[in-house]
Amino acid sequence: MIRNRKVLEKKIVVAVIFFFALISVFTTFGIIGVLIQETILFFQQVSIIEFLTGTRWTPLFATKKFGVLPLVNGTVLVASGAMFIALPLGLLAAIYMSEYASPKARTVLKPFLEVLAGIPTVVYGYFALLFVTPILKSIFPQTQSFNGLSASIVMGFMILPTVASISEDALSAVPRSLREAAYALGATKAEVATQVVIPAALSGIAAAFILAISRAIGETMIVAIAAGQQPKMTLNPLESIETMTAYIVQVSLGDTPHQSIAYQTIFAVGMLLFVMTLVMNIISYFFTKRFREVYE
Amino acid sequence: MSAISSLRDLTYERQLTIRQRKGRVLEVIAFFSILLGIAILLTLLIDVFLDGLPWLHPRLFTEFPSRFPEKAGLRSALQGSIWLMVFTALMAIPIGVGAGIYLEEFAPKNRLTEFIEINIANLAGVPSIIYGLLGLGLFVRGLGLGRSLLAGALTMTLLVLPIIIVTTREAIRAVPRSIRLAALALGANEWETARDHVLAYSMPAILTGVILAMSRAIGETAPLITIGALTYIAFDLRGPLDIFTVLPIQIFNWVSLPQKDFQNLAAAGIIVLLALLLSMNAIAIWLRNRLFIRW
Repeated sequence: MIRNRKVLEKKIVVAVIFFFALISVFTTFGIIGVLIQETILFFQQVSIIEFLTGTRWTPLFATKKFGVLPLVNGTVLVASGAMFIALPLGLLAAIYMSEYASPKARTVLKPFLEVLAGIPTVVYGYFALLFVTPILKSIFPQTQSFNGLSASIVMGFMILPTVASISEDALSAVPRSLREAAYALGATKAEVATQVVIPAALSGIAAAFILAISRAIGETMIVAIAAGQQPKMTLNPLESIETMTAYIVQVSLGDTPHQSIAYQTIFAVGMLLFVMTLVMNIISYFFTKRFREVYE
Repeated sequence: MSAISSLRDLTYERQLTIRQRKGRVLEVIAFFSILLGIAILLTLLIDVFLDGLPWLHPRLFTEFPSRFPEKAGLRSALQGSIWLMVFTALMAIPIGVGAGIYLEEFAPKNRLTEFIEINIANLAGVPSIIYGLLGLGLFVRGLGLGRSLLAGALTMTLLVLPIIIVTTREAIRAVPRSIRLAALALGANEWETARDHVLAYSMPAILTGVILAMSRAIGETAPLITIGALTYIAFDLRGPLDIFTVLPIQIFNWVSLPQKDFQNLAAAGIIVLLALLLSMNAIAIWLRNRLFIRW
């Protein structure tokens, strides 16, 4: 009797936790379903060609234009600026951690990077708008109060720990034998790091870089606070721009009626954002997998 | 003959010095890039504290937001943040830990399991604002929950699930096989083994992961703005179906106002938020050191 009850209990529990695991699948389908549903409604009123190739984005104005390129332009501008900081500094930090730092130095330095990664993005937004922008203004007087550059700089430092931590994992996974072989041939420490360890860890580093780009594109609060709400096709980082994420926030803060075209635009923009980050996450996943296959 | 070889040695020596010097340069640059990150962190903290400390007043905890900065407080935002965390924890912890146990202890090696795993890995990389759109379409509109605390907690649950699942799996994986075999040999079934032994031993590491996930939830702003959490609430939270606001949204609202006083108030709000996060992380570290078992 007891035994039967226990077997039954086990069966029920396993069924329940199997369902819990399936929730992740439902979440993915939920995201795709919600985005597609509203995006289809949107494209019944706006041609997909206009959306993807138009260079004016004014869905909240009287004369509505639905060209998403200005938002993409803003997103790419801010994200590439952030990458100029996060990628080199993150990789160098990883090299220091994995090749140079003593175990003691590592235990001191690593928590700082973890804290840097754990600070809420709204705090970084505050810092970008009220600390970095005034400094930029004093250097370049033509800087606007909202600008892409301050968001880029702060976002770069926010993403630095991600790049550093994943790259460090990749560098540390390179087998000792490779390093020792290079030392035996007379290479210096720096030569081992740059000419043996980095090339050997390249796919892991690539995965870190792509993941960083994906995070920069999806980052919301820094750009919503510091980069402005003016979608335009510009490459000038000192001007006010608008990113895809900042647009979604802008519409969400207003009282947009359900089933209005403005309400549907945020799902269309969200769909584009989701597809962009998904592609990058998949590429990053395959780089990581390839790297694991080689060394683990 | 020997003159030539000593000449070669000399060039080699000189080359070596240059090569070693290059190495030193790399080390210094690499060290400074970490230092730069830390310097930015410290600058940020000092800046926030200088702006916010004069505004850090007990009133901040007892007053509702207001049009007048000297009367404005975080009362509704604190209530929202704390209750949001409680509801999120109530849903996310059992689901996340359960899913982690399933995938690590019970899942058969087949296509479905692999599909679930790829899903979790992918979800961890989806931008948080996309979860906001999901919450808006599914919970706020689809289930008709409106802009309620419950809709926010459900959205946050989906957002932090991948973190809890991944840390649970890592924690469970660290429990040696011998523990499982011993339990099974004494007649426990697989579920009893997982519940009474594997889960018990991995609990400290799971708790650490749970706290990290909760500190992520408490700092998130974008998805809650997207599902329509409000920026101005001047009454106490009455229940899970009530409209709500949270700390980061209140901070965002104050930062966006042009008056310097409100921006300083935002800095004071940031200090409160960081203090909350810091104490949560301190608990996580304490648990890790206190209860962590080395095999």
